[in-house]
Amino acid sequence: MKHTFTQDLGISKRLLGFVAVATAATAAVAVLGILLGMFGQFLAEGGPSITWDFITDFPRNSNTEGGIFPALAGTTFLVLLMTLMGVPVGTATAIYLTEFARQDSRFARSVRFAVNTLAGVPSIVFGLFGVGFFVQFVGVGIDAATGSVAFGDGSLLWSSATLAVLTLPVVIVSVEEALRAVPRELREASLALGATRWQTITKVVVPNATSGILTGSILAVGRGAGEVAAILFVGVTYSSEVLPSAVTDKFMHLGYHLYVLATQSPDVEATMPLQYATTIVLLALTFLLNFTAIFVRSRLSTR
Amino acid sequence: MAKEYPTKISARDFSVFYGPKQALFDISLQIPQNRVTAFIGPSGCGKSTFLRSINRMNDLIDGATGQGALTVDGIDVYDKSVNVSVLRRKIGMVFQKSIPFPKSIYENITYGLTLLEKVSRSELDHIVEQSLRRAALWDEVKDRLHHSAMGLSGGQQQRLCIARAVAVNPEILLMDEPCSALDPISTGKVEELITELKDTYTIVLVTHNMQQAARVSDYTGFFLMGRLIEFDRTRTLFTSPAKKETEDYITGRFG
Repeated sequence: MKHTFTQDLGISKRLLGFVAVATAATAAVAVLGILLGMFGQFLAEGGPSITWDFITDFPRNSNTEGGIFPALAGTTFLVLLMTLMGVPVGTATAIYLTEFARQDSRFARSVRFAVNTLAGVPSIVFGLFGVGFFVQFVGVGIDAATGSVAFGDGSLLWSSATLAVLTLPVVIVSVEEALRAVPRELREASLALGATRWQTITKVVVPNATSGILTGSILAVGRGAGEVAAILFVGVTYSSEVLPSAVTDKFMHLGYHLYVLATQSPDVEATMPLQYATTIVLLALTFLLNFTAIFVRSRLSTR
Repeated sequence: MAKEYPTKISARDFSVFYGPKQALFDISLQIPQNRVTAFIGPSGCGKSTFLRSINRMNDLIDGATGQGALTVDGIDVYDKSVNVSVLRRKIGMVFQKSIPFPKSIYENITYGLTLLEKVSRSELDHIVEQSLRRAALWDEVKDRLHHSAMGLSGGQQQRLCIARAVAVNPEILLMDEPCSALDPISTGKVEELITELKDTYTIVLVTHNMQQAARVSDYTGFFLMGRLIEFDRTRTLFTSPAKKETEDYITGRFG
């Protein structure tokens, strides 16, 4: 057969190519459109309600007026405490998995399996676990042992602990990735100079993975900040006149506040602008955290 | 084989396994003190495996085990009583890919020193200068000791890694293809350095480059498929090899 570069592929092949490209492009445009449409609606409906008072005021009149300050503060306390609890444990687990465990050992494989399974568990199940384990078992146990009454009920502390467990897979996976990205040559150079494994980890491996560990923490915070189902039974409250003053206090939360506004309000229609405004604040918080993570990661990869 | 230098490293029927796979077969040789000994051979022949057995870097690989005797100064490095950290301080290593720590030049040199004990600032200053001079790098970096080592050229980085290794005052320097990523001028500098350093250290060099082995080494071992085929004075090995495989390799018939 004679070959020419101008050979026609035939109408059916050309049509197939056109349809394929058109379908893919439509799908891409649709995704962009959904996102923009969502933002547009939120901004149009809730934008005017976002005022300084909205951010800094307590809610009034059964949440139908006033601001979201305690929910914003509660969410902030929650994720801070969650980070303090979850990131060290997750980092330690990742260090164990990458630096110490034999990669094919039964134990390492079990831990990895557990991490992957945890990542797929619905968040409401974590909420039930939080009630059953942290509140009923640990909290009541502490109260019984010390004679206090503070721990045996849902609180900021147990919500943070529940979220810490929920975000553990995110932390472990991203820290592991960061540790693996540290060149083998750096580890070997350190060991060849007589450093112990532990010295190599603390002086070379972890400092070189700091950005990655940070990214993991921020992603976990982003995931934790928007989570509602997991804290539903573990200490979040409908409305509060005061900010929590101890970790054993109950607290308000942006996501839960949204749920309350939309379903539990005496006048749902009247709170619509507040719902949209709360949504914008929640989204802004989550995006801010995610963009920080992306920024940190890009700094890491260009260094 | 005539020996006017005392033996520093000695192997007798030394084998290495990676899991069930045998990588080295019954290696027996004696490496003389204050000389340069080169190992040549095609990729995967076991020369690097042997080198990395001397300071037990193979311990890092899951499932790697050694068999037989491998001694440094008469002490079996695989003996249970050996402290690997102390052993590795006595045996410096320079790698093929010279990666400085992403710290300052100064901190790269002092890294190994401060692992075991606190060293005074003045003593550190002294050792940094001495090590950099020994690695022929001092004049090029003395004005930017506290700048990042990542700003150095490839050749300078490799000499920094040599300075980093000699800073902890080892007796042996293991070099695993130290010039394979360097340009000819940098290679020349490192080779010159190797010749100078052998007065102070026992040097073992793994190289792909036969001309390099011929230029800088006093003794050469030829590895093939996990076995030490021939070990002799470099001149003897290159001019009148005893084994057919050696001759084929150095004349370029394979590898």
